[in-house]
Amino acid sequence: MSSGAVRAWYLVHKWTSLVCTLFLLMLCLTGLPLIFHEEIDYLTEGERPLPQVVEGAPEKNLDDALQTALAQFPGEIPLFMSFDVEQPVVNVTTGPHPRATVEEMNFISIHRPTAEPVRTPDDEGVMHFLLQLHTDMFLGLGGELFLGFMGFLFFVAIVSGVVVYTPFMRKLRFGTVRLSRNNRAKWLDTHNLLGIVTLMWASVVGLTGVVNTLSTPLVDIWRANELAEMVAPYEGKPVPEQFSSLDAAVKTAMEAAPGMTPQFVAFPGVRFSSNHHYAVWLRGATPATEQLFTPALIDAETGELTDMRSMPWYMTVLRLSQPLHFGDYGGLPMKILWGLLDIASIVILGSGLYLWLARRSLPAPGSRHVPAGMAHAHEEEAGLMPQPNPAE
Amino acid sequence: MSKARRYTLGEIFAAPLFLAVITIVGLVAALLGDGWFDALSWIGLAVPTLVIPWALVWRRA
Repeated sequence: MSSGAVRAWYLVHKWTSLVCTLFLLMLCLTGLPLIFHEEIDYLTEGERPLPQVVEGAPEKNLDDALQTALAQFPGEIPLFMSFDVEQPVVNVTTGPHPRATVEEMNFISIHRPTAEPVRTPDDEGVMHFLLQLHTDMFLGLGGELFLGFMGFLFFVAIVSGVVVYTPFMRKLRFGTVRLSRNNRAKWLDTHNLLGIVTLMWASVVGLTGVVNTLSTPLVDIWRANELAEMVAPYEGKPVPEQFSSLDAAVKTAMEAAPGMTPQFVAFPGVRFSSNHHYAVWLRGATPATEQLFTPALIDAETGELTDMRSMPWYMTVLRLSQPLHFGDYGGLPMKILWGLLDIASIVILGSGLYLWLARRSLPAPGSRHVPAGMAHAHEEEAGLMPQPNPAE
Repeated sequence: MSKARRYTLGEIFAAPLFLAVITIVGLVAALLGDGWFDALSWIGLAVPTLVIPWALVWRRA
């Protein structure tokens, strides 16, 4: 590669890194406890106790659960009902109107067999604070998209980092860490080692993080296209006054999609449904398909199935980006590895910052001003190699 | 160290490429299933992670 090209790639690496480093440090530091949020929640709150099911008592259904939830928040309407995977519990979200903001919403967990309220997951506290900071820095969609752009810069920094890795490694065996040398050589080698080793993991977690920040616009695109097509015959109809049975709607959806289980129901009028339908979001039963959601639209007046379609490719990408970003799909060992790789990323960011601070007085790689002692070396390396040892 | 030879692009990227591929295998495996798939994903992610202490001990110079 010509010295000009190396210098250009180096500048890309330097500037993309400099712009995103502080935000990436924040993301890696807040992300570390978030990897273990289930374990931390369990340790701080313990297992959620469930009511005793009395033998022979009449079986409760989803309509009963919904009634219990609505009784807790008089005057509000149901927005979502989600199904817990671990326990026979549904979570009901209510709000003053269909497009209520998160702050206006209320949330309650209901035990399905008894339709009695149970403890809700903590949605305040430290973990919630970290999650908000990590997602959008408390700045809403703008903050989310901004962090998405930082994630994109991070990916560009990774790619350019791989390119500038090449000239460094012309004379070093893979993995060499010159610990006995000066601080610069030590940290440069550590930065290069950790960077090249975590390359793929950091790229995947970075890019899936970027995709996750695009969730709001992607759902809007889905609403404007696929959902609009599915509910075209209902266009202009108001939200029905009386809803048909929720329990029957979920059963109808499950009959239409054998082998799938409900993930959540979006009530008429909310973002994930139409004005006239229960949207029953079903997920596959196998690990490969449980991430893939299929919405079944059930007419909320007649209780009949209107349409059911699998999600377009961009919604599938969005769905798959969640586990690949969170690292929560392979048990505790995976989380521990995720945490270790996250710590490695923190060291990469910190050492990169150190190398930049310590380097400013030196000429940029590929520049023609080669210090006298290095004049014998090939200029491409002369700039990039940090203070080569004259003895070599 | 005697006059070091220059490594080729293939030599420089053989190990990183192997680690990238095994990472991908690790990331995808657990998406496809549980049990053995999970174990495969732990191996896939443990290999690049363990290369770090390996290099710090065996490749220190």
